[in-house]
Amino acid sequence: MEIILIFISAAIVNNFVLTYFLGICPFIGVSKKVETALNMGMATTFVMTLTAAITWLINTYILIKFNVPFLEYVAFIITIASLVQLVEMFIRKVSPALFRALGIFLPLITTNCAILGLALFAVLREYNFIESVVFGLGAGVGFTLALVIMAGIREELEFMDVPESFKGAPITLLIAGMLALSFMGFAGLLSV
Amino acid sequence: MAPDGEVTLSKDFIKGLWKENPVIRQILGMCPTLAVTNSATNGLAMGLATTFVVISASTIVSIIKSLVPRQVRIATYVIIIASFVTIADLFLAAKFPSISKALGPYVPLIVVNCIILGRAEAFASKHPVHRAFIDALGMGVGFSWALILLGSIRELLGFGSIFGFKIMGAWFTPWIIMILPGGAFITLGIIIGLINQFTGSRTVDTSCH
Repeated sequence: MEIILIFISAAIVNNFVLTYFLGICPFIGVSKKVETALNMGMATTFVMTLTAAITWLINTYILIKFNVPFLEYVAFIITIASLVQLVEMFIRKVSPALFRALGIFLPLITTNCAILGLALFAVLREYNFIESVVFGLGAGVGFTLALVIMAGIREELEFMDVPESFKGAPITLLIAGMLALSFMGFAGLLSV
Repeated sequence: MAPDGEVTLSKDFIKGLWKENPVIRQILGMCPTLAVTNSATNGLAMGLATTFVVISASTIVSIIKSLVPRQVRIATYVIIIASFVTIADLFLAAKFPSISKALGPYVPLIVVNCIILGRAEAFASKHPVHRAFIDALGMGVGFSWALILLGSIRELLGFGSIFGFKIMGAWFTPWIIMILPGGAFITLGIIIGLINQFTGSRTVDTSCH
C-alpha cells in the first residue's frame, strides 16, 4: 500500500515538474511535439529509475558506511553523468532503433535537475531500496505526463493568435501555471 | 593590457545584467528561479549562493583551462561546481539554518543550474581569469536581481509584505495562488512577456544545452 502511495504521490500529486519545478528546462525546451516529448519522457523515466536504485546503493553502502555525507553532491552527480554515458553506450549496442529514438535526449538528461533532485529527495525522505526505485519510476512517469500534456497543448497553440511578445517561453510558462493549478486538484487524493 | 581593456571588462559585467540576463533573456536556471521565490529573502539567498558558486567555478575553470583535456572537460567542470556547492550548502546550514531549511534541496540543485555550467563552458574556458571573474559576477548579479524581483512580487501579493516587512494594510486579502507553484509560473511568464513587449525583442528560446 505504502509503495502505491509513493508512486501516485510522485507521479501525480507532487508532480516533479509542476510542484517541485524540477526538469523545467526540458519541459520548456523539448515540449513542442508530442512524439519527441514522449521519447524524452521515456528516456528520462528509464534513467530516473536506474538512478534511484544506484544512488541508493551508493548512499547506503559508501557515503553512510564511511561517514562521508559531505561528498553526497559530488558522488551523485558523477554517478548520474557516468550512468547516462553507460546507458547511451548500452542502448547503442543493443538496440540501434531505440537509440535513434532516445539517443539525442540522453546527453541532455545529465543536466536535468529532476534526476539529481530525485536522488536528493530519496535520501532526504529516508526511503528504503524498493521505495526509492518506485519513487524514481513514479517521478519519471509524472515527468512524462507533464511533458506530453504540455506538448499536446503547444501543438494546438501553433494555430492560436498568441501576442508576438508572449510567444515561446512566456506563454509556455503561463500554461504551465494553469497546469500546476489544475494538478493541485489531485492534492485531495492523498495526504503525503 | 590594451587601453580598451576597461571597456571590455565593464561590457563583460553589464551584459549579464540585462542583455544576456540568464533568467529573463536566456531562460536558464528555471528550477531555483521558480522554486525558491515565494519570498524576497529566499530569492536573495538563492541569488547570493548561486553568485558565489558561479564566480568561484568560473575563476577556477579559467585558471586550469589549459590543463584539462577536452574529452573530460564537462566532467571536470561539474566536479568543481559540485565542490563549491557543497561549501555553500555547509556554510548556509552553519550560519543561516532557517534559510538553509527554507531552500531545502534547492541549494544542492545549484550543481545542475545550467547558468554555471554554461558560463564555464561558453566563457571561462576561453577567456583569461579576470574576464571570467567579471563575467561570472555579472551573471550572478543578473540572476540575483531577477530572483529578488520575482520573489518581491510574489511575496507582496501572496503575503502582503516584502523582505518580511508589511506593506499592504489590513484591507488586503492575500492572493494565496501567488505563493503556490502555479503563481510562480504565471508571474514569471507575465514578467518575461511584458519585458519582451516593452523592449521589442524576443527571448532566445534556448534550453540548457
